[in-house]
Amino acid sequence: MNATRTLATTARVLRQLRHDPRSIAMMLFVPAVMLVLLYWVFDGKEQQFNSTGASLLGIFPLITMFLVTSIATLRERTSGTLERLLAMPLGKADFIAGYALAFAILAIVQAALATGLAVWALDMSVAGSPWLLLVVALLDALLGTALGLFVSAFATSEFQAVQFMPLVVLPQLLLCGLFAARDTMQPVLEAISNVLPMSYAVDAMNEVLRHTDVTGTFIRDCAIVAGVALLVLALGAATLRRRTA
Amino acid sequence: MMNLSDEPAIRARGLRVIRGSRQVLDGLDFDVPRGQITGLLGPSGCGKSTLMRAVVGTQAKVTGDLTVFGEPAGSAPLRSRIGYVTQAASVYRDLTARQNLEYFAAILGIPRKEARTQVEQALADVDLTDHAEALTANLSGGQLSRVSLAVALLGAPELLVLDEPTVGLDPVLRRDLWNLFHRIASEREAAILVSSHVMDEAERCHRLLLMRSGRIIADDDPDALRVRMGTATVEEAFLKIVDAEKAAEIEKGSAVQ
Ligand SMILES: Nc1ncnc2c1ncn2[C@@H]1O[C@H](COP(=O)(O)OP(=O)(O)OP(=O)(O)O)[C@@H](O)[C@H]1O
Ligand SMILES: [Mg+2]
Repeated sequence: MNATRTLATTARVLRQLRHDPRSIAMMLFVPAVMLVLLYWVFDGKEQQFNSTGASLLGIFPLITMFLVTSIATLRERTSGTLERLLAMPLGKADFIAGYALAFAILAIVQAALATGLAVWALDMSVAGSPWLLLVVALLDALLGTALGLFVSAFATSEFQAVQFMPLVVLPQLLLCGLFAARDTMQPVLEAISNVLPMSYAVDAMNEVLRHTDVTGTFIRDCAIVAGVALLVLALGAATLRRRTA
Repeated sequence: MMNLSDEPAIRARGLRVIRGSRQVLDGLDFDVPRGQITGLLGPSGCGKSTLMRAVVGTQAKVTGDLTVFGEPAGSAPLRSRIGYVTQAASVYRDLTARQNLEYFAAILGIPRKEARTQVEQALADVDLTDHAEALTANLSGGQLSRVSLAVALLGAPELLVLDEPTVGLDPVLRRDLWNLFHRIASEREAAILVSSHVMDEAERCHRLLLMRSGRIIADDDPDALRVRMGTATVEEAFLKIVDAEKAAEIEKGSAVQ
């Protein structure tokens, strides 16, 4: 790996986004708007707002980064820029790390806005440190980036790429514990939810919500999300072929 | 002893490529010398782009011997020595021309200060200095393909592989670019492999490779080709060779029956 090339790629991805202020605005502010909406929906039901809100904080980064990454890397593949880059002295790891870093920066800003709003303006009562919420959001964004990169290899158009969203994200959303506690689900569903990474991101958020200290469960959850993200990133790297048909 | 610079930039022996289920390149033998412009000509679909992709190492299912500067095509040390322009402009549409060049210069490992002068030079070479700050999505087709060409000029590559770099450009610009190619070939001893459909450009090459359905049907310099075929232009020579090939194929076909 080469730091100059990785950072140049990060800077380039961020520069591309800078020419698209509308996308940036949506990425950064949609989660915050949704939280406000949720606050009104659970008008006065503090308990419910707390746990659903915390879960959402663990879901937004994954969805946003999944969408952005899958479209961005699909564009690289179809526009010929990926072919050009891979004919140059750019390591695949540099390419992937460059993207991951760019979207991690965005995810931090997004999560900071959403978490700050939830904790200070909407009075979400978090027992643990709000910083831990940011850590989970970051790992979660990394997971979204990894999944997006991976599925972009199987899409041949942006139309297909967005269709992967419901396929990859919806099952995780339904089974992550947001709609029904995971341990109350039918055993088969619970088993499935146990192997889906978003479950652990949501779990980790709720750990921070309820415990003042960093719990063992929290660390386990974070390790799982990070581990799956790295695994999927490696799979994504394998789909970047220098030589194509 | 063989002098190092006598060794051709590209050397192909029995080069074969399969795309899909088809044999797209069918056992090619050719050399591309240094310090010269080699034109690659042939009808649409004959395999020009495939050959170029094999040379730069982005084509899968390549068999036979294919070396660039003595190393197997596509090997890592070659990646900073080759400038490659794909047939469709491959640049980021949501960046300006200058931002595109700055990024690719960083990927090529050109030191920052050096990069600034090279980016300026490349922009000037393709006559885009005035449009350097425009988003490439807002450029005209010809301007866009010039941004793509400018990227390939970065880092003073020893081999330029240019897939139809002058398509859609006006005669003045085309002449200027060809002058640039000649300058690069003579001043830097660089090898240039350029594909084209425009036959008057063929006259400006030092050597020509004529292709037809995955094979090379002539490998000569333009003068020799015209003399050998007894024609006034390369275009007529090319048509004469293709017609002769077609006739031979039909004869062979009827002989089998
Ligand atoms: N991705 C692909 N999969 C399968 N076959 C392909 C693919 N791309 C090209 N081909 C086939 O390979 C052959 C050679 O294509 P190539 O692009 O090399 O032609 P070309 O000489 O560059 O044509 P043109 O002058 O139109 O650019 C064509 O018959 C084409 O149909
Ligand atoms: Mg072509």
